[in-house]
Amino acid sequence: MANFLLSRLLSAALVVLGVVCIVFLLIHLVPGDPVEVMLGESARPADREALRAALGLNQPLAIQLADYFGGLLRLDLGASLHSRQPIAGMLAERLPATLELAGVSLLFAVVIALPLGILAAVHKDRGWDTGAMAFSLLGVSIPNFWMGPMLILVFSLWLGWTPVSGREGAGSFILPAVTLGTALAAVLARMVRSSLLEVLNEDFIRTARAKGLSQGAVIWRHGLRNAWLPVITLLGLQLGALLGGAVITETIFSWPGIGSLLVEAIQKRDYPVVQGCVLLISLAYVLVNTLTDLVYAWIDPRIRLGSG
Amino acid sequence: MSDALLRIKNLKTWLGNGEAPVCAVDGIDLEIHKGETFVLLGESGCGKSMTALSIMRLLPPAGRIVAGSIFLGETSLLDLPENAMRRERGGRMGMIFQEPMTSLNPVLTVGTQIAEAVLIHDPGQGRDPRGRVIELLKAVGIPDPEQRYREYPHQLSGGMKQRVMIAIALAGRPELLIADEPTTALDVTIQAQVLALMKELQQKTGMAVLLITHDLGVVAEVADRVAVMYAGQIVEVAPCEAFFRAPKHPYSRKLFQSIPGREKRARRLAVIRGTVPPLDREFDGCRFADRCDAVMDICRRQVPGWTPLAGGQGVRCFLEGGAGPDSTGSPPEAAAEKTGGRQGGHPPLLEVENLKVHFPIHKGVFRRVVGHVRAVDGVSLGISAGRTLAVVGESGCGKTTVGKAILQLPRPTAGSVRFEGDELTRLSGEALRRRRSDFQIIFQDPMASMNPRMLVGDIVEEGMLAQGIGADARQRRARVGELLEQVGLPAGAAGRYPHEFSGGQRQRICVARALAVQPKLIICDEPTSALDVSVQAQILNLLQELQQAYGLSYLFITHDISVVAYLAHEVAVMYLGRVVERGTVTEVLEHPLHPYTQALLSAVPVAEPGGRRQVIRLEGDMPSPSNPPAGCHFHPRCPQAMDKCQKAYPEAVRLSETRTVSCVLLDQDS
Repeated sequence: MANFLLSRLLSAALVVLGVVCIVFLLIHLVPGDPVEVMLGESARPADREALRAALGLNQPLAIQLADYFGGLLRLDLGASLHSRQPIAGMLAERLPATLELAGVSLLFAVVIALPLGILAAVHKDRGWDTGAMAFSLLGVSIPNFWMGPMLILVFSLWLGWTPVSGREGAGSFILPAVTLGTALAAVLARMVRSSLLEVLNEDFIRTARAKGLSQGAVIWRHGLRNAWLPVITLLGLQLGALLGGAVITETIFSWPGIGSLLVEAIQKRDYPVVQGCVLLISLAYVLVNTLTDLVYAWIDPRIRLGSG
Repeated sequence: MSDALLRIKNLKTWLGNGEAPVCAVDGIDLEIHKGETFVLLGESGCGKSMTALSIMRLLPPAGRIVAGSIFLGETSLLDLPENAMRRERGGRMGMIFQEPMTSLNPVLTVGTQIAEAVLIHDPGQGRDPRGRVIELLKAVGIPDPEQRYREYPHQLSGGMKQRVMIAIALAGRPELLIADEPTTALDVTIQAQVLALMKELQQKTGMAVLLITHDLGVVAEVADRVAVMYAGQIVEVAPCEAFFRAPKHPYSRKLFQSIPGREKRARRLAVIRGTVPPLDREFDGCRFADRCDAVMDICRRQVPGWTPLAGGQGVRCFLEGGAGPDSTGSPPEAAAEKTGGRQGGHPPLLEVENLKVHFPIHKGVFRRVVGHVRAVDGVSLGISAGRTLAVVGESGCGKTTVGKAILQLPRPTAGSVRFEGDELTRLSGEALRRRRSDFQIIFQDPMASMNPRMLVGDIVEEGMLAQGIGADARQRRARVGELLEQVGLPAGAAGRYPHEFSGGQRQRICVARALAVQPKLIICDEPTSALDVSVQAQILNLLQELQQAYGLSYLFITHDISVVAYLAHEVAVMYLGRVVERGTVTEVLEHPLHPYTQALLSAVPVAEPGGRRQVIRLEGDMPSPSNPPAGCHFHPRCPQAMDKCQKAYPEAVRLSETRTVSCVLLDQDS
């Protein structure tokens, strides 16, 4: 177990290193002169030089990289070109909103998807199954950029039940969380169903029934425990995406999270901020996926103890 | 009949709800007495497992019981509501299954899984079943039960898992244990352990056992009474003795005749022609009529009823046991004597010396090599043209790896493989590829070894294309037709896909594919293990005919001693990556000298009750080839181990021209 943990953490650290390097190089991937792109063609040469010096772009690449790493260690991601604020502070300010929305959406999705998936698997090819899968198809098919405005139209404008946008009070969570959570619930329900169906066909399920266990005990104790792995994988990937800020949904609902910060930064050509956002999103992915691996080991003794 | 424990009357179980449901169990009657071992014998698809699952009411979703009654004691099982039925399942009747590997939940500890059953059926244990679980683990002979309690299934060997399954079944103190092919997936030495355990438990607890098997040897070993199933019906019931002395139904007799064995070497094995009829229709006559050698007019016009005979025997046949026991047997066909010339004078076709195949074990983040699995660790053998060498051993002994390493897939780690004097280990690239037409392989699972999206004709032709055999497409096509006919398939088979054929036919296609490139040596890797015995007989006959016609050599990898006795000229017995004993069939099978060979042979159930020698029971399991025991690999399990066995691996002692044995018992000089 200790070995497994160590190897997971080590490889996560390697991935983080790679991510930082790529994010650092991002600014050099801008076609042409980044400074010109940022300031526009009409900028004066003196201003360009000043910006170049401020960003450290006049230094050799190796020195720039070292500076970047040094800054990271001090949690210094540079400053926004626009507001002159430190980027780390901007991210810290926006992160709670994204975390909250991700958490609520995930909760919403899991609460819907688990019972739906289980019911569909247990009643395969019957009413529940057909209904659940119809919902799932619908959920996957409706794009967020359509669903968000429609929800606003119905619940905020016509019925006036929820605020239109922003992040004030519990009510403001509902629409963005439903928008994000529906698609997630749809995929998740499908995964729970197929994974559980597969497990319910296994020989050890027959053994469990031959013991005289009730249907419920067979499904909970023997079925679901084995069906988790693919579900957790999917959940990890989706959570990574949510943590990175759901760019479209946050924009639609003017949700002050990482996603909308990223969009704003792109619109303003505020490259250092874009860099900071991308770095944070990547780290969120790495973190969640490493956690997923650890959860695997916790669930499945064959991973924990090695399949000797 | 007051001691009847289980009574089944006219049970009918159907699969599928469509227009034509399959009548998997079609009106069976049987009665199992308290404390007896009742065996249901039959080939795959005959309905024996469905019968067992019907008793437990554990049918798959597509299955349903449409008629009949099942009484356990005075309880009518089919009338119980589901929650009352749950008390019977795992309570008064327990069940164990064929695949111990997959029958336990991988994410729960062994202790938890047994405890579950104890908690349901043994409320006397209170809330802490641990003591009772440990007791059960001890009862099924699991060493170190406190430790095992906390372990997960993947940490146990196959035999141990089956013991855990038995412990689960015993938790409710059952009156009836249903065992569905409980030892089919296990090696013979482990099978002997498990069968002995079941017998011992039966004597202690007085439970009845319903054992389902396809293996006549297992029947002889454990049965009190036998029922033979064919196409959803019971065609014969008999006490064990009477069944083996004089089986009455033509099908039962055919089963006996199709078992390979030493005494049948000179002739072809009897085969049952045709296949089992589909069970989705009504029958006007006997279901076996189309395949029966003793078929009469009446058999096709009228469904045979049940005829009780003396001594508790009974049969579903118009012959009513009137015909002599041999009249239905096919006359021993063309007693073609096996290759007359002994081996002397023939230069060996294949010589393998000190072959080693080691697979590295990687560990850690940097995939460091921390050790090697010594799958094959110094094997020497040889085959002459036109002869068959059988490599026998239990799973994990390295026999399959030997076969593949000879073909240079994978490349051996060390040693030499000479084919007609050429060193194959030094050939590579195009030269090796050219040479491959000389040696081919047939695998255990024919379906898995063919591309399901290729036509049979293309599968057979592919090797010819690769080796440039046949001048043009038309010639090759003609040759494919010939080959298919040669292996007993219609030439039209070329235009069909593998899934359209039965298991035996698929294996024939694989034989045709191997023959297409005109090989001199065919490596047969358990080619009949997945087949029913009557189908196995067809394939063995085919292999023999081909050997006689083309002078083919076979390296026959198997764990089945009866096949070895029937087919092989020489035998090499493997244990943990090494050959422990080598010699002619007569030498090795009649007078085994290595203690492992002796134990292996004694563990094979023989299809004659009472007529068997004492089983030498081996304790424990085969150790891991990544960490073999010091000295002789077999010494920790050897009944005759001595101090010096732990010191060094014994040298091979040459006892005759053909025979070597690696055991200190024979090394008198040292």
